[in-house]
Amino acid sequence: MSESPLDSNNALDCRLRKRLGAFDLDISLTVPASGVTALFGQSGSGKTSLLRLIAGLDRPDAGYVRLGERTLTDVADRTHVPIHKRQLGVVFQEARLFSHYRVRGNLAYGMPPSARSGFDDLVTLLGIEHLLERLPGTLSGGEARRVAIGRALLTQPRLLLLDEPLTGLDGERKQELLHYLVHLTREIDIPVVYVSHDTAEIAAIADHLALVEQGRLTAHGHLDELMMRLDLTDRLGGFDAATRLSARVVDHDNTYSLTRVALDDGQTLRIPAVDQPPGTQIRLRVGVRDVALAHAMPEGTSYRNGITAMIEAIEPSPQEPSANEVRLLFGQQRLRARLTRQACDEMQLVAGKSVVALIRSVAFDFRS
Amino acid sequence: MLLEAIALSDAEWQAITLSLKIAGSAVGWILIPGIAVAWLLARHEFRGKSLLDGLLHLPLVLPPVVVGYLLLLSLGRNGWLGQWLYQGFGFSLPFTWQGAAVAGGVMAFPLLVRAVRLSLEAVDPKLEAAAGTLGANRWRVLFTITLPLAIPGLLTGTVLAFARALSEFGATITFASNIPGETRTLPLALYTLIQTPGKEAAAARLCVLSIVIAMLSLMASEWLARRARQRLQERD
Repeated sequence: MSESPLDSNNALDCRLRKRLGAFDLDISLTVPASGVTALFGQSGSGKTSLLRLIAGLDRPDAGYVRLGERTLTDVADRTHVPIHKRQLGVVFQEARLFSHYRVRGNLAYGMPPSARSGFDDLVTLLGIEHLLERLPGTLSGGEARRVAIGRALLTQPRLLLLDEPLTGLDGERKQELLHYLVHLTREIDIPVVYVSHDTAEIAAIADHLALVEQGRLTAHGHLDELMMRLDLTDRLGGFDAATRLSARVVDHDNTYSLTRVALDDGQTLRIPAVDQPPGTQIRLRVGVRDVALAHAMPEGTSYRNGITAMIEAIEPSPQEPSANEVRLLFGQQRLRARLTRQACDEMQLVAGKSVVALIRSVAFDFRS
Repeated sequence: MLLEAIALSDAEWQAITLSLKIAGSAVGWILIPGIAVAWLLARHEFRGKSLLDGLLHLPLVLPPVVVGYLLLLSLGRNGWLGQWLYQGFGFSLPFTWQGAAVAGGVMAFPLLVRAVRLSLEAVDPKLEAAAGTLGANRWRVLFTITLPLAIPGLLTGTVLAFARALSEFGATITFASNIPGETRTLPLALYTLIQTPGKEAAAARLCVLSIVIAMLSLMASEWLARRARQRLQERD
């Protein structure tokens, strides 16, 4: 069994093997006790199968699942805790609401008395307080998923499993639900496993990433670090690869609807207005194609942001013969840029050189 | 004059109330075993499932007289089960209204199981799995998810079984005989009248009564099923 790159304090520890027709799943995975772990991979890579094995909906051919100190499944000693005793919150791709209960009844279905006091807060957090007396058949797709998430959380699970919760929603509803999810995962103190095949979604919500390819775990660790790995470029977004920056809200400019945020080394950025009070930590996603480099901050430019940084590495892009992937370092944070090889050569860019990274304000994504 | 002509005679009332009592009891005793067997067939795989399925359908395809005769052989005072009932509890089924209810129940059983099984199979197992992840054990899943969602089919099955028990003739007359006030239900009373010369008008009246009762129960079932469906999928 390979050593986990993450802390020893894990919520979930599993090693699972299962043969599904011609497909062979063989994965060892640990999920940290806090934060969102994204289970990321193409359709058919085995993410959902893995989730079903963890939830106890399927049985593995070999291996075990441990939730903290508790063994849920162990093929070796024939342990298989039934689904209803696992204390796992599962949210499926479809909301699976019970059509004969109202929203309130659905939410209360698995709720122990000890969870009652948290009911109102959670309902408000999910924005479903006005839906409580409705029947599930009358809800929109996004509303139904929010109810399903609330229903799972009210069982007071020790781990929340979300299986592609945004699948099948249109763009606007997707953004809306994502906003709720990001907000929710910061409020609740339950580790989350989030299955997805969408890099933008994961950049918005995840802290850790487990990359699943053809039934195997091929990379595992902090998402920020994995997004920096140039060798994973084609897996983590490819053409749309991006970097994630954490920043702190400084102040708002209401005239232009802009917000100023500070990076950890004190440099500031101007981004489209975010509805958060000064002091709030937020995450920004910057596409590798939205960053330009200059020797110094140019004058008379529409670029609103220039970050002084040091080039840490330059490598040819794995999929684009005309481009180089450049990794920049400033303070403790890193940023990636994709430049033409021609530009790199003409500017004589090499590792160790100091440059200014130019970012257009309108390029920032996920202002939640 | 007209009212007097329409008003039911004592014998007619007796046949109707007896029929309703017997058919109601028949449905009453098969309801829970019927749902249990339907659930077993709808949600489980086991050895001998097709054999059980075949046995269940026997009363549908056998001549009712054969079923009545088999009941007499097994539940009669000298039958293997009847002997035990009589010696153990001093209880004898043949030639009693309870016996007629048993005969009606046996004949109605396959119809009930079929209808309930179909409606249970229509309940999405994914919902049951979701209830499991919410901490519900299989009994809670059955009573809070599976059965409530299957209610339209349960109602249809119950009314179908009730109608079948109400119209039961062959097995009843063989097993419980044709005793006025005890086992002479509507069909048996009608049969008796047909056998009696000069009673054609009385027979016709019972004929009309049977049609009215059958129509009423069909309409009641439609109404109940529609209400249940509405409740399940309000504005869906």
